[in-house]
Amino acid sequence: MPEQYPTDATGAAEAFDATDRPGAHTHPDEHRGPIGQTPSQTVGPFFGYALPYEGGPDVRAPWLPDAIRFHGTLYDGAGDPIPDAIIEIWGADAEGRPSTERGAFDRDQHGFAGFGRAAVARDGHYSFTTIKPGAMREGSAPYLLVAVFARGVLQHLFTRAYFGDESEANATDPLLSKVDPARRDTLIAEPDDDRSYRFDIRLQGEGETIFLDYGIEV
Amino acid sequence: MQTNPQPELTQETISAELAERHAAAREEAAAGRPMRAHPSRDFAPYRSTTLRHPTHELVRADPEEIELVSPAFGHTDVADDEADLTIQHSGEPLGERIIVTGRVLDGDGRPVRNQLIELWQANASGRYVHKRDQHPAPLDPNFTGVGRVITGEDGSYRLTTIKPGAYPWKNHRNAWRPAHIHFSFFGTAFTQRLVTQMYFPGDPLFALDPIYQSILDPAARERLVATYDHGVSEPEWALGYRWDVVLTGPKSTWMEPEDADHA
Repeated sequence: MPEQYPTDATGAAEAFDATDRPGAHTHPDEHRGPIGQTPSQTVGPFFGYALPYEGGPDVRAPWLPDAIRFHGTLYDGAGDPIPDAIIEIWGADAEGRPSTERGAFDRDQHGFAGFGRAAVARDGHYSFTTIKPGAMREGSAPYLLVAVFARGVLQHLFTRAYFGDESEANATDPLLSKVDPARRDTLIAEPDDDRSYRFDIRLQGEGETIFLDYGIEV
Repeated sequence: MQTNPQPELTQETISAELAERHAAAREEAAAGRPMRAHPSRDFAPYRSTTLRHPTHELVRADPEEIELVSPAFGHTDVADDEADLTIQHSGEPLGERIIVTGRVLDGDGRPVRNQLIELWQANASGRYVHKRDQHPAPLDPNFTGVGRVITGEDGSYRLTTIKPGAYPWKNHRNAWRPAHIHFSFFGTAFTQRLVTQMYFPGDPLFALDPIYQSILDPAARERLVATYDHGVSEPEWALGYRWDVVLTGPKSTWMEPEDADHA
């Protein structure tokens, strides 16, 4: 044991010696092949003074002509709104290209950094202004990537919000084509007003949203 | 003195549930099934998961461009002094001053450069500034408990803060969270996004805590525990902890059969 420092009376430091475990490097240059993923933990209930930031929900300034509203309500398995969650969106620009603009926190009133973050209100409702992305691939439909973090959610959940007024593109999209047709609509943000799309998210139960794995689950 | 109504559910019941889940996980591992590094989302000992976990299997999706890149944070987003949580007010916060440092790496050990780390935590008494925190422990006018830092070219970060206190929560009767710092990470791909909690070595509450114990793989659990590193400690100033973080990347399903919906 490369124990260099005195342990406390219980020997606890020894019990947690980190040098042999994957994913830990006591010395920065020490590296031994593939290393283990750091596990997720819940965001908890007390992120409200830490994670939200000014302009977080305004990925695109609301008064610009290409701005859309993207909003909805988050529900739990009893059908009740979830009041203590935080939602992130990440989307391509109108040409289907991810933004490489630096300063995703700095809200340039004319720019588009693609990333947004909004805490839900007490009624479970969230709202962003952003732009409608273009499709990124031939044969794919445009979508926003959505991540859900909440107390009681031990690992955040990813989903995609496609657009209800893109039925032609949606019809050939590889993901929308392969999912259970009975649940497909949970991935569609429906136009509910001029330049506004509604995307409710249900974590569990009737109408449970389809959540996605990108091969990082194990 | 208990002044608040306490749930009937006892630690013994929760501990028995934890033991049962862990025994089942060990059996699965013994049968050759790989253990997940991440917690089980459906984890009843942590009662808030009950109505908040999906019951359907996740659907395997091929990452497109947006899922293979990450928002471009940078040094304009974060001021240098945001990495020191002890200098945000006119006075020094109470508690044990600590330095937390380490590297953010991808699954191949490559540094995650120039990416954003956010952190938030309770003060030394176990109290969050958050308005919904009802724990009757004192707030510290000199400690907010929020910080941000951008990783360096080698994926490294370094933070100065106060060691947070344990605090009670209402999952069950006499439930206490081990001391922890909440962390949020962005990788080089948005699908590497990670929100987690860093713990301190030797905490006697580990065995009792359903959030920590929701990670069924013991080796993965320990990756959330920082290591005390005397080389990081600074004389007459602060104790040092080292904590490295690994964000593994998304995998394409292109090489797999069309109905690769096996997540």
